[in-house]
Amino acid sequence: MTTMTYEQAMEQFDPVFGIEVHVELNTATKMFCGCANEFGAEPNTQVCPVCLGLPGSMPVTNQKAVESAIRLGLSLGCSIRESSRFARKNYFYPDLAKDYQISQYDEPTCFEGSLDVVLDDGEVVTVGIERAHMEEDAGKNTHKGGTGGIQGADYSLVDYNRGGVPLVEIVTKPITGMGARTAEVARAYVATIRDIVKALGISDGRMEQGSVRADVNLSLRPRAVAGESQDDVPFGKRSETKNVNSLRAIERAIHHEAARQAGLLLAGQPVIQETRHWHEDTGSTTPGRSKEEAEDYRYFPEPDLLPVEPSRAWVEELRGTIPEHPAKMRARLKEEWGFSDTDIRDAVNADALSLIADTVAAGAAPQAARKWWMGELARTANDREVALASLPVTPAQVAELQGLVDAGTINDKLARQALEGVLAGEGSPREVVESRGLEVVSDDSALEAAVDEALAAQPDVLAKIQDGKVQAAGAIVGAVMKATRGQADAGRVREIILQRAGVEG
Amino acid sequence: MSSLERADVARLAALARIDMTDEDLDRLGGQLNAIVDSVAKVQEVAGEDVPATSHPIPMSNVHRPDEVRPSLSQDAALSGAPEAEDGRFRVPQILGEEA
Repeated sequence: MTTMTYEQAMEQFDPVFGIEVHVELNTATKMFCGCANEFGAEPNTQVCPVCLGLPGSMPVTNQKAVESAIRLGLSLGCSIRESSRFARKNYFYPDLAKDYQISQYDEPTCFEGSLDVVLDDGEVVTVGIERAHMEEDAGKNTHKGGTGGIQGADYSLVDYNRGGVPLVEIVTKPITGMGARTAEVARAYVATIRDIVKALGISDGRMEQGSVRADVNLSLRPRAVAGESQDDVPFGKRSETKNVNSLRAIERAIHHEAARQAGLLLAGQPVIQETRHWHEDTGSTTPGRSKEEAEDYRYFPEPDLLPVEPSRAWVEELRGTIPEHPAKMRARLKEEWGFSDTDIRDAVNADALSLIADTVAAGAAPQAARKWWMGELARTANDREVALASLPVTPAQVAELQGLVDAGTINDKLARQALEGVLAGEGSPREVVESRGLEVVSDDSALEAAVDEALAAQPDVLAKIQDGKVQAAGAIVGAVMKATRGQADAGRVREIILQRAGVEG
Repeated sequence: MSSLERADVARLAALARIDMTDEDLDRLGGQLNAIVDSVAKVQEVAGEDVPATSHPIPMSNVHRPDEVRPSLSQDAALSGAPEAEDGRFRVPQILGEEA
């Protein structure tokens, strides 16, 4: 087999790829039963006869999950089927207690959409969406004995807490013509899906926890010869790389698969249509089950569940709740707020964008709002190991705090103390300022007394200032701030110092 | 009339994880064919204009509010399991690949 680089592979062949993304919904309960949908509980404590597949139990769809799936479909420009059904996908594996997974097959709820994906350089690629359907997640296996992997294990242990958690699977149409940008487009597509589900509030979008998981299909076909259209060249055999669970891994998996397949093809060997496993540590894939064998799922309509027939009025109502496309919103806010690319990117990565937006809407200047959320509050969230949005402070309170600074009631230092009080549950910023007595000393006579005292203590500084070294006043400002425990307006203190020294500021 | 070959029956048995002897395949293959033939008779009366029916009861949109209901206790959940360990169901060695 010939060894190739990704770039060489993309030069010699025309890549075709498709992506399946599984989004775990953040509903309170599972897809078909009232068990809690929450990560991290003791094993098999969020299970019931329905999700354990016990005889006689009957599934019932979760209204919120259906709503989330339709909203996601609408965000992807999909049509919403007037009547859709669930189907049983039969296969034997102990992570499914029923020996089938409830999914959708020939009648997915959402179909035929498209999504604009913005690349790093601003180029927009439109990705065709084949379908977005509802299904249930499987339980979790732990393999015992051997090396801890499935190979050579003596037996396995199963926890069904995750079994039955609602998923939406989004399938793209084949994406062609991306050439060497294939890996970049794939990554940007999954990042966009992640941003959309977060903006919709239907999933936490955390790839590292498996809330958004991707399977990457890739095939290579020969480049069209002169006089031939590339569209007329049939697709090559594809591999499907499963569970690629970070944005970086998506790029790496495509790099690896493209180079591997190109090596085989150039050596005159066939690419086998198969499922492959991604190995994060080595950046490579290994074969799984062969596709022909695995695909005999014997789907049939799920008799235990009734069809889903969303009324057009409901669909339109849901359409009204669809947030702006994340990339468009970013571009708009960047413009409106006068932020740099870095400001915006950092805010997005910290999940702070909507918090800043709400703070601005409550009256704060954009840069001030950014400073609070990305500074003091981001540090606090990090220390407490919680999400920024779950800190006990609202955007309105942050705006109120900044309002107090703008009005000169408090300075930055006092504002940080006031914020500390708010985070400690002492009330609104105004209440904390009052109860902790944090207002700046604006009484000139008190400040003058403090300035006189500080000047008397450092006569050499007074001489320097009078000598024209105005910057020396900083030492006196510092002493006054210390004496007033930070509650003085530094600008006013400086004015008084210069006045006392008899020089112009 | 469609007919199931012996190989089809063997494949279905393998997919359903049912061990079948050669005699089983011969005997049940014949019986399955009788069933398939009987069901196929429906096609003689159901014309193109009759859509396939998966749900005979004219109902749809029966949903459940997204409210948590009590789950089973771990002990109750595992009570019917042939084997359990560390609060989990213990299953025999899984052959083949991760799904």
